[in-house]
Formats: sequence, structure tokens, C-alpha cells
Amino acid sequence: MRLALVGVSHRQAPVELRERVAVDAHGAAALARALAHGCEAVVLSTCNRTELYLASDDTSDHLDEQASASLLALAGDDGAALAPVLYRLGDDSAALHLFRVAAGLDSLVPGEGEILGQVRDAFELGATGPLLDRLFRQALHAGRRARVETAIGESPASVPAAAAALAQQVFGELERHSVLLIGAGKMSELTARNLRSRGASIEAVANRTAAHGEELAARVESRAVTLDEIPTLLATADVVVTSTSAPGFVVDQATAAAALRTRRGRPILFVDLAVPRDVDPSLATIDGCFVYDIDDLEAVVQASLAGRRVEAVRAEQIVAVEAERFREWQASLSVVPAIASLRARAEEIRSGELAKAEAKLGRLPESERKLIESVTSQIVAKILHLPTVRMKEAAAGADGVIYADVVRHLFGLGEEEQS
Amino acid sequence: MGELLVWPALIGYGEAAVAYAGVLRGHGSSARLGIWGVRIGWLAQTALLIVQAFDSDGFPWGTWAGALNLFVWLVVGAYLIWGCTPRYRLLGLVVMPLAAVLLVAAWAGGGTGVSTTDTSGWLLALHVGLMLAGLAGLTLAAGLAGLYLWQERRLKRRDTGVLRLKLPPLEALDRLSARTALISLGVLSAGVVVGLGSFERGDFDVPMAVTLAICAYYAVALILRREAGLRGRRFAGLLVLGAALVAVVLPLTHFAS
Repeated sequence: MRLALVGVSHRQAPVELRERVAVDAHGAAALARALAHGCEAVVLSTCNRTELYLASDDTSDHLDEQASASLLALAGDDGAALAPVLYRLGDDSAALHLFRVAAGLDSLVPGEGEILGQVRDAFELGATGPLLDRLFRQALHAGRRARVETAIGESPASVPAAAAALAQQVFGELERHSVLLIGAGKMSELTARNLRSRGASIEAVANRTAAHGEELAARVESRAVTLDEIPTLLATADVVVTSTSAPGFVVDQATAAAALRTRRGRPILFVDLAVPRDVDPSLATIDGCFVYDIDDLEAVVQASLAGRRVEAVRAEQIVAVEAERFREWQASLSVVPAIASLRARAEEIRSGELAKAEAKLGRLPESERKLIESVTSQIVAKILHLPTVRMKEAAAGADGVIYADVVRHLFGLGEEEQS
Repeated sequence: MGELLVWPALIGYGEAAVAYAGVLRGHGSSARLGIWGVRIGWLAQTALLIVQAFDSDGFPWGTWAGALNLFVWLVVGAYLIWGCTPRYRLLGLVVMPLAAVLLVAAWAGGGTGVSTTDTSGWLLALHVGLMLAGLAGLTLAAGLAGLYLWQERRLKRRDTGVLRLKLPPLEALDRLSARTALISLGVLSAGVVVGLGSFERGDFDVPMAVTLAICAYYAVALILRREAGLRGRRFAGLLVLGAALVAVVLPLTHFAS
């Protein structure tokens, strides 16, 4: 069987072209069904890529052409612009590519977590047969291994995610912890969303302009307060995210010291996303008080990304091992017909000889007949076991076709049908 | 013959200590190797203690070296409770090198062989067992406090690698070290009460005074935490200081003669 991949991704194509061929879940399922006439088809479409995977017994270039034509058809009038940025991969290269995609190694941010779920969805919506079923299952396995056995997906890749991860380093689970937002900027909102997704609740949004504060408060299921209430709220909030455009410190030593005394040693984390800074950095000298400004967070993100790149090298090794296993399995398919014919021939001989023996011996008791059946079946299975294993091994080493031909010749497989 | 079991225990603990150091260098599989080292080492030491118990005439851990042997087993046993969870695995960075060094000291002092002390009786065994279990717990609490101080320092200094090598969260370390200290203090106090069972007028000596002072020290620390909000760095400092004092003073007063 042959495997073909045609696709377009963020590596070669800008978003203007990618969006022309992007399809949603229904579209992907429909396209896979439409392509699956005489072949297997899976459509993987995410914001970074659209890829068509086809598998068929047809060994000509017809499969590639069919996939390319389908993808170009999706682009409509932009098909001409899309053609130069399409990539076409076959068999081993296509499998390795999918394994890398599933492991997040081909993503914009190495190791990003969403892609594994997207590959699973594409697989479930596809029109799969033996080859694509095995390919996608093994790709999902490779993706899971890369995430479990390396730390490629563990560290945050953005400032809001880093802020939320830092909060977890201080407080652990965030379910019982509250957040105070000072300022209603975009970064502030993204950070709040990240914190909420990890279980934190937004206690209040303090903003100079009441209307903006109320809008953000509504979006994050919180309440809007004035800046005057900050000292009171500092006594209860565990994470304080600031992003105002105030020229001076919004939270200074004097404001914080009184509030922090009432916290009875409970830690507090200040995430200062503003430039100029909103939080007096000298607060970090107070026990249990942690202050991160935008530069600190950027540095943490850069260190995380560097860590991901190091882990990516290890993930590549895992992916290569899985791709090799798939290649061996695919190669073994070339000897499967010969093995099946050999086993059928052996079974034919066994049952024929058994019938002759029964005619000579007369009617045997049922128990004895079963015993003879069992013994002769075991003899055949044991004789054929080693040749079967050796043929599969030879197939993995590219000698499979020669071995299959030799077996056909030696045992006269298919000759009777021809004659 | 049974004394030979000290070697697999030592190798296990040593391997765990090295493996946990490997985690710091970013070797992902090191943590798994570390925990297996702890498990195998602890099982070997358990077997060693069983052999000692069967072969000895009296209480086999009455000497300082024997007590140290039992103490190491209790510390590692207590660590295994948390060490098996990925979150607290790095506590092994503090516990396992200490366990390996103390076991070597116990072996050098003859605490891993058959004891020839004439002390015996279930009351003494219970007393020593409870005291050592309490001290092992306090050592573990100090380990957790040490981890707290390290994590706090990284966060205060805004270490860029703080999310790459993840330690347990500060609050969890603070809470767990306090709980461990509280339970250990309870066990230690129970050991003192059992010890009082064989107490006679005029028996009060320096070791007893030191033991009571240790109990008082930890009790005050825990009361200050509850009543005065003494948490975080200062409470962790008290636990580490307490363990250091115990490590220096207790052997001198109990085994110097």
C-alpha cells in the first residue's frame, strides 16, 4: 500500500493562504468521505496547517495528484498562489511528518498541547482503513510519548501563561485563591483568563475608568471597584495583576505594608504587566511578597522556550523510533499475501491428508479425531512460524519481495490457479 | 552474613542521591531512577533490620550507631510516603544524601551488625522506636522546610528557570512541613511519656532535659505559627535550625558516654 500526504502549513504559507484551505470538523469529515473512493483519507485542518493523508493500493502518482487537486480546489481562485507552497510527501516521509506534527515538533511553539487533540479529531472524522488507522494510532502514541517522556509541553510559552504558572508555583492549586486585577488592559484580561482556567476566581477589577472596569469585570465574572479600594483588597487577594498606564506606582510600600500585616504571613504574588511599572519593586523585600514585572516574565518565557527546544531534540528521537516501527510494519505488508497463501496451502494439504487418513482408518471416535486435528494443526503452525517471522524481518530490511517470490516459487503458490 | 544487606541499602540510597542530582541537570528519567533506588535501598535496609532483630539477644538498636541505623530507616520510610508522588520527589535531594551519609556512619559505628548491648524489654523498644520516629519526622519536616527556603529564594530572585525545574508549591511546602512537625512532635511526646514509665525519682538527667527542651522548642514554633502568623521563611528557618540543633545536641547528650 502507498501513503501520500499533500499539505500547506505555517512554515511556507502566510495566513492569507492558509485560511483559504482551512476547513472545520464537518468540512474535514465531508472532504475525507469525498476523497475515500478506492482509498483511505484523513483531513487534518488546524489554524497552522491543512493536510490531506491518502492511502491506497495504487502505486502510481495518481494518489498525489488526487490529493493536490482536492487541496487546490479548496483554495478556489487562490489555487495558483497556493500551488508553489504545497508540500508533497510519500510513505516514510509522510509518516515521519505526521509523527512530528502529533508530537508538536512542527508547531509554531514547540510542544504546544492542542495539536495532539486535533490529530485525534482528524483521525476520528477520517475515512480510515488498515494503513491510515495504524498510522494515526501510532502518531497519537508517538505524540503522547513525547509529552510524557520529555518536558516539551510543560513550561509556558506566553507571558499570561507564565504568570499563571508562577501563581501555581506559589499557591499550588488555585481553586481557593482570588485575583485582583488593577487596570483593564488586554494583557491583564489574558492573564486573568489563564488564572481562571486554572481554577482561580477574579475577586475584583479596579480601574480608573469605571466603564472599562465594568466591561472587563463582566467578561471575567467579577465586580468592578475603584482604585481607592485597592488597600482593602490587598488584604484578601492572593494574586495581583496590574496593567495601568499610571505614571507612578499604584501599589507602593505604604499602600502595601498595612494590608500585608493583616495577611498573617500568607504569601502574595504581584504580576506587574505595566510600563512604567505599577508595583514598587522594593515590595519584594517583604516576607511572603513576590513581585514579577514584564521583563521578569519575558525572561521566564524565553527560558521556557529554550527548555522546550532542548526537549524537542529528545522528542525527535522518540518520533524517529516510532516512525521506524511504522515503516517496519508497513514493509511487512508486502509479504502478507505470500504468508497468507503459504498458510492456506499448508492447511489445504493438512486437511486433505487428514481426510485420506480418516478414510483408511474408518470412523474414529470424536475425541481421537479432535486430538489428531489438534496435533496436525500444531505441527503445521510450528513449521510455518519461523519462515513467517523471517519473512517479516526480511520485509523490514527491504528484502521482503525477494523472500515472498522465493516462497511462492518453492511452494508453488498461485501456480495451480494459473494452470 | 545479614550485615551484608547494608551494601544494597547503601547502593540504593547512594544511587537515589546521584539520580536526584541528575534531575537538577534536566535529565528527565533521573527521577524515576531515584525513586527506584529509594525503594530498593529501603527494602534492603528493612531486611537488614529484620535480620538484626532475629539475631540479637536484646534490643538491637540501643547503641548510637544502631539507633542511627533505625533512624535512617524511619526517615527514608517517611520520605517514601511523599517521595512516591511526583510532586514531592525532589525532597529526595535533601533526604537521600543525608540518609546515605548517616547509614555509612551507622555502619562504621557497628550499628548494622548484631548488637551486644544488654538492654531489652518492650517498654524500651517502644520508647526508642517512638523517639526515633519523632526525630525522623522532624528531620523530614526540616527537609521540607529546606526545600521551601530554596523555592522561596528562586521566586524572590526571579530565577528564569523557576518553571523548568518545578519544585512543590510554596504554600504546600509550608503547610506540609508544619503538619509533619506537628505529628512528629506528637510521636516524640508519646515517646517521652512511655519513657516516663520506667522513670524513677532522681533519674532526671541532661538527656531528659534536652529531649524536653526539643519538645518545647517545636511546640513554641507551632504555637507561634498558629497564634502569631509565623509562617513562610521564618517558620521554615525555625524547623531547619531545630533539626540542626537536634543533630548536634542529641547525640552528644545521649551517646557521648
